[in-house]
Amino acid sequence: MKFGILVNEGPYQHQASDSAYLFCKAALAKGHEIQRVFFYHDGVNNSSRLTEPPQDDRNVVARWSKLAAEHGVDLVVCVAAALRRGIKDENLAPGFRISGLGQLVESGIQSDRMVVFGD
Amino acid sequence: MTEGVAKKFMFVNRTAPYGTAYALESLEVVLITAAFDQDVSLVFVEDGVWQLKKGQQTKGIETKNFSPTYRALEGYDVEKLYVERASLEARGLTEADLIVDVTVLDAGDLGKLMAEQDVVLSF
Repeated sequence: MKFGILVNEGPYQHQASDSAYLFCKAALAKGHEIQRVFFYHDGVNNSSRLTEPPQDDRNVVARWSKLAAEHGVDLVVCVAAALRRGIKDENLAPGFRISGLGQLVESGIQSDRMVVFGD
Repeated sequence: MTEGVAKKFMFVNRTAPYGTAYALESLEVVLITAAFDQDVSLVFVEDGVWQLKKGQQTKGIETKNFSPTYRALEGYDVEKLYVERASLEARGLTEADLIVDVTVLDAGDLGKLMAEQDVVLSF
């Protein structure tokens, strides 16, 4: 199955990004396709390469980057939501790209299921 | 690549308009989805019904009043607006308190409508 994923909450503050990541990993392991992961609302904060969690904690941002590198998952950050929150190309973590909301709509059209991770 | 494909998109609005950014940013997706010529419907449940309250004045909280946008939705062919009856009643509101015409539905009918959708985005 082809999944579109929407992440609406930031890292560490909320479980949404962790759950979305674990869902993607499990889906890929089962042979499903992740058509795109779209980051919206505070979810855009998952893409900041300035994030530095303590060493004994998971690195939420780096985990997404790794997923993109290993599985070619398309990680898209909403431009309007990103600019509001100080996320720009210059502080974007590897594997993420900034684009418009049209990418979310397209994901809804092209995937078999859209799964929303939020509050 | 996606041209000509029309899916049923439903946006479920659950939060009051200014406490968080969900309502404002939900509207932004709604407008883009309409621009993609998709079949769009909006649902207002729980505190989400406050988004449609008439007479919003936001000057005191130094925040933009985006409620007029709901009235503009018709111009984007977004005309399916549903409000859950119990949410409205629990807050002492009636249809007359809302800035746009809506269809008021019981939770059960709303559930049936949700089951018919291709994509449900909840904010």
